[in-house]
Amino acid sequence: MTTLLRHRLFWPTAVLVVLLASNLVFSNNFFSITLQDGHLYGSLIDILRRSAPLVLVALGMTLVIATGGIDLSVGSVMAISGALACLLIGDLSNPDALGPVLLVVGAAIALCVVFGLWNGFLVAVLGIQPIIATLILMVAGRGVAQLITGGQILNVHSAPYRVIGAGYFLAVPVSFLIAAVAVGLTVALTRRTALGLLLESVGGSPTASRLAGIRARRITIMVYVFAAAFAGVAGLIYSSDVSSADSNAAGNLIELNAILAVVLGGTALTGGRFSIAGSVLGAVIITTLDITAVSVGVPVETTLLFKAVVVIILCLAQSATFRAKVFGRFGTKRVEVPA
Amino acid sequence: MIDVSTPPTPQRNRPILGRRVYRPNTRHVPVLATLVLLIVMYSVGVYNYEGFGDTQVLLNVFVDNAFLLVVAVGMTFVILTGGIDLSVGAVIALTTTVTATLLAAGWPAGVVLPLVLLIGTVMGLGMGAVIHFFKVEPFIATLAGMFLARGLSLLIDRNSIPITNDFWIQMAQKRFRFGEGVFISLNVVIALIVVLIAALVLAWTRFGRNVYAIGGNADSALLMGLPVGRTRIAVYTLSGFCASLGGVLYSFYTSSGYSLHGQGLELDAIAAVVIGGVLLTGGSGYVLGTVLGVLVLGLIQTIITFQGDLNSWWTRIVVGILLFVFIVLQRLVTRKAK
Repeated sequence: MTTLLRHRLFWPTAVLVVLLASNLVFSNNFFSITLQDGHLYGSLIDILRRSAPLVLVALGMTLVIATGGIDLSVGSVMAISGALACLLIGDLSNPDALGPVLLVVGAAIALCVVFGLWNGFLVAVLGIQPIIATLILMVAGRGVAQLITGGQILNVHSAPYRVIGAGYFLAVPVSFLIAAVAVGLTVALTRRTALGLLLESVGGSPTASRLAGIRARRITIMVYVFAAAFAGVAGLIYSSDVSSADSNAAGNLIELNAILAVVLGGTALTGGRFSIAGSVLGAVIITTLDITAVSVGVPVETTLLFKAVVVIILCLAQSATFRAKVFGRFGTKRVEVPA
Repeated sequence: MIDVSTPPTPQRNRPILGRRVYRPNTRHVPVLATLVLLIVMYSVGVYNYEGFGDTQVLLNVFVDNAFLLVVAVGMTFVILTGGIDLSVGAVIALTTTVTATLLAAGWPAGVVLPLVLLIGTVMGLGMGAVIHFFKVEPFIATLAGMFLARGLSLLIDRNSIPITNDFWIQMAQKRFRFGEGVFISLNVVIALIVVLIAALVLAWTRFGRNVYAIGGNADSALLMGLPVGRTRIAVYTLSGFCASLGGVLYSFYTSSGYSLHGQGLELDAIAAVVIGGVLLTGGSGYVLGTVLGVLVLGLIQTIITFQGDLNSWWTRIVVGILLFVFIVLQRLVTRKAK
């Protein structure tokens, strides 16, 4: 029992269970999953589907944070990738053909990779503090996205593009599958190869790892490229889901949510050890929180307050010192009572 | 202004070179680099735009950014200890909303002003306590504080509330004139007083020393017997106070309370502090640097206003580019000097 309690994913899991259970109180059929028109349908599926973009962004953010960095530009990169994809699809002669749409998707992700390289260059080569280096793209990136769309919301009608965010494959949401594949790939890359070890060593001390023969600079650039590419895919999912590119709404504040997800998952912002499973769990918690706020019927004005309270409780529950202080006090009381 | 106050560093036994080259103290290099680049930027502005050289244009940078200056000063203390405070923008929103609501309800200004300052201070105190006692990461604790403050202000009122209180309007319209068309607002005076006090506190008091010591290495500071916990909590309390004072200045400046005020302001403040040469890892930097950082951000805005023909997206891109150019130049200058 104590080993279970001490597991670093125990508290996030507990919070998720409590959140889901509290949903059950307010809506009886919360856990029911039905098959409609060949699609799985239900609140749980909805949570999986809607958490896909945040999971992807949090995944990239985990890698960046593992190296001791931070990436504020993910929201802007999301906006850029959605904007470029919608612009290019709008120009296609036949937006319902699969081949060109795939090319467009590839182009959008390629552009995001370029922005990732840019972030990595600023951090690793020029040695600018990550929060400022990525702040530049965070500010300018939304401008770039607006420049691409001409400051308007671009609407697209393309069946293949729509599949990315709103489609189903074998009754399972495609966006969830994309996120699952990305998580699987990242886990395989970081835990089945030496890459994870190298990441943690760079996060622990870039200088020491360089002296140990690790190409710290290359690793740093790589994580920013990963983060941007994942953010790009998340942007595609978002824009495909709403069939439009909105440069202001896409990925708004997602950088903070992603960082929150990573920290809830037990990865320290100082770099070093990281937990991909934790970040995924964190992202699902945050999405569940948003959905719960709606299903419980919290008015729009208090959603943020609701979130704040849950985040505070979650942080305190995760803090070992807090538990020691509170439960320790209960312990002494228990000793006093029988006397 | 703080350079004077730094303790005299022991003269290194430099080999006597053929000619003596001026070498500034390495700790001053980032601030000096910012200053030089700021002057270059200003000169470029004066050269390119008619009327840019007016004294009032420069003073307006202060007038328009007084609240940011106050917030950034609080942020400087936090970042010097190696922490971060993301809640400042939301605390500004909460301050303006509470101010406007209470004033509209007929509360006297003399009660509202201390009350809103107290709210921000208490929020800072709470976040500091959570960070210190429960070892929650500052980023997350203050992010929760940001949600809380923004959530509370949304709860109070979702709409923008105008402020019509006599005292507030009087304060907002107060001008200190130095001649024909040359003036600063009360906000600027308050901000400069805050800067001055902060600089003195950091340079000459035990508290200031403790702040630098904790940022340098919190464990060493603890082993040296410094009050790490008290100082850390005090720093967040101070930042909360500065944020709410910034909120009051903001309500003077805009004469309104709105739950969406100050969005993204935390990043502006952090950017100003970092541009001013403060390391995010803590332990190194000066309030003067922060002032210069705020001026850089303000001057970028001014240049864009003078350019005039930029639409909203080009404005964002140009802000990004200018920020980039500035940071890269600063980086190159500092790297060379080291």
